[in-house]
Amino acid sequence: MKNEALLEVKSLHVSAGGKEILHGVDLTVGRDETHVLMGPNGTGKSTLGYAVTGNPVYTVTSGSIVFDGEDITDLPVNERARRGIFLSFQNPLEVPGVTLSAFIRSALEQKTGDRLRLWDFKKRLKETMKLLSMDESYAERDLNVGFSGGEKKKAEILQMLMLEPKLAILDETDSGLDVDAVRTVSEGVRLFRERTHGSLLIITHSTRILEALHVDAAHVMENGVIVKNGGAELVEAINEKGFGSLKTE
Amino acid sequence: MAENREKTYVADVDRSIYDIRDAEHDAYRMESGLTPEIVDKLSKEKDDPVWMQQFRLQSLQIYNELRLPDWGPSLEGLDIDHIATYVRPNTKMQNDWANVPQDIKDTFERLGIPQAERKSLAGVGAQYDSELVYHNVRDEVAAEGVVYTDMESALKGEYADMVRKYFMKLVTPRDHKFAALHGAVWSGGSFVYVPKGVHLSIPLQSYFRLNAKGAGQFEHTLIIVDEGASLHFIEGCSAPKYNVANLHAGCVELYVKRNAKLRYSTIENWSKNMYNLNTKRALVEEGGTIEWVSGSFGSHVGCLYPMSILKGDDSRMEFTGVTFAGAGQDLDTGAKVVHVGKNTSSYMNTRSISKSGGVSTFRSSVVVEKSAKGAKSAVSCQSLMLDSESRSDTIPAMDIKTRDAAVGHEAKIGAISNDAVFYLMSRGMSEEDARALIVSGFADNVSKELPLEYAVEMNNLIRLEMKGSIG
Repeated sequence: MKNEALLEVKSLHVSAGGKEILHGVDLTVGRDETHVLMGPNGTGKSTLGYAVTGNPVYTVTSGSIVFDGEDITDLPVNERARRGIFLSFQNPLEVPGVTLSAFIRSALEQKTGDRLRLWDFKKRLKETMKLLSMDESYAERDLNVGFSGGEKKKAEILQMLMLEPKLAILDETDSGLDVDAVRTVSEGVRLFRERTHGSLLIITHSTRILEALHVDAAHVMENGVIVKNGGAELVEAINEKGFGSLKTE
Repeated sequence: MAENREKTYVADVDRSIYDIRDAEHDAYRMESGLTPEIVDKLSKEKDDPVWMQQFRLQSLQIYNELRLPDWGPSLEGLDIDHIATYVRPNTKMQNDWANVPQDIKDTFERLGIPQAERKSLAGVGAQYDSELVYHNVRDEVAAEGVVYTDMESALKGEYADMVRKYFMKLVTPRDHKFAALHGAVWSGGSFVYVPKGVHLSIPLQSYFRLNAKGAGQFEHTLIIVDEGASLHFIEGCSAPKYNVANLHAGCVELYVKRNAKLRYSTIENWSKNMYNLNTKRALVEEGGTIEWVSGSFGSHVGCLYPMSILKGDDSRMEFTGVTFAGAGQDLDTGAKVVHVGKNTSSYMNTRSISKSGGVSTFRSSVVVEKSAKGAKSAVSCQSLMLDSESRSDTIPAMDIKTRDAAVGHEAKIGAISNDAVFYLMSRGMSEEDARALIVSGFADNVSKELPLEYAVEMNNLIRLEMKGSIG
């Protein structure tokens, strides 16, 4: 099992609103690995995240997505989540009337099929929130309602740490955050790797979130295809010279 | 993927516990229809005082004079000549559940009434068809002078004069045709008097159950909260479904005296053959507060617009409501407020949900009289349509007679956001659960205001309404 890939995206073509956005993407993420997906704005990075997660707005017209040895291309989003795929949203939705705490608890119960002991759950939630420097009061506030951009992102990382997915896709989790918040989020992500050995696919523009992490592989996307694969050195190259530098090769 | 997935199918409500019909063992059932003879017979059967006997006959006359309202949902399916106006259960009123006949007791057990009474209520009244079968109030509450009894006892007992002074003075038989009908054939309901300065920390509850097929329920609720006192009163209603029309034309009159506070909460879950044409009104004196919390889930046709008259200076009202109209339901709900006193304030915050072709209409009416200097009023109404065949309307009316008033209105109509459904599902929740969660969250304004047990019941009702399968 160990050497089998966790996520295999094979010649994936994806359309939305009748327009093709991904034109044949190949990407493999192994178990217990951190991958970075970079590229200019509007090249389809988020679309890939949504397609892997199963957003019904994005239609796979050809190609396949294999997760944990199973073809999940036609599975609905919640079934993929139950198999261990998690997406940290770039713009988390506000859901009035549902507290953050009740939501995480319900998601955990869906995943395990068991009722959680309230006391154990609250204790774990409290500890995890502390790691993310989140005020405890957020647990009882309506999901993302009135949260600042930073608190919304932290709430996403909180959900990731509580749900312990096999693969977490972080879509621009670091964008719009101040230095302290990036550090906190980055530390949360590092803990996720250290504790659960879950894999990461980090979609990002900047490298600040990567500082605390060991990057196993990096991919560059342009115009709906992966144009370059490499290791951590690729991240540094782009950091120094920008995406333009790749074109000459 | 997306294209191949079938649309969410939301099934009709599973009404299980509400829908169990008891065999009809009534002691007396009035023949259907409405004539002076029938009203007279009803009055004799109930052993009314003379003034009430006359009041009924006058009301009947008014009923015959008045025409059906020319607005609102169609009442075509309602034929009063086929409604039995009075069905007496086979028991006298009891103050111990042990003495209530087994079948009736079982019904209330299923609805959780005796259990709630033990846990969280200061007193309970239970009406079955036309009469109260149970009424009881905790000793310590009675010791403070709080009166909570059935209207029939109140009409004859120690508080007879008070009842006569207030009965149908706020909602008179001239108000509209169904108020006149109510005046003619009313039966059952509760009388509550909270003496000056007494604060009830836990609620009183009356539950109205209509079991008889093709019958009407016309209970009258009269509540007087005296100066500086406070009360939370809860009203619940349900009925099993029959294929003929049933009618509910109850009347609620609330008197909130100086600096008193009354919260009136309702969870209405009549069956979907019910015409619910109910009239509720509150008169609020100086510094007093009326709070309405209203959940409307049942009925085939519903017309319900609780009205508050803010007579005294600095009096205030708050209305929090949710209406859920499913297949075959036309629910016309809303609220009305009349500002008379200075610096009076009102706030309406309502949500309506419609699905599977259900129609929900929200009407608000704000009247600010010339005398109401410094009045403030805000209306906020949000509607959620769960599919394209459902309908939701908002009809606001304002009549402001002074320049010195601040009045605001805000309405929003929308559908469930697919992005929000995707977000919740991306954490492993089924589409059905995600939608139910969003709808419960939408109705959160009301569930937040209800005591926990009722909030849970309301969320269960929403969940049942949303239950279905993904194709």
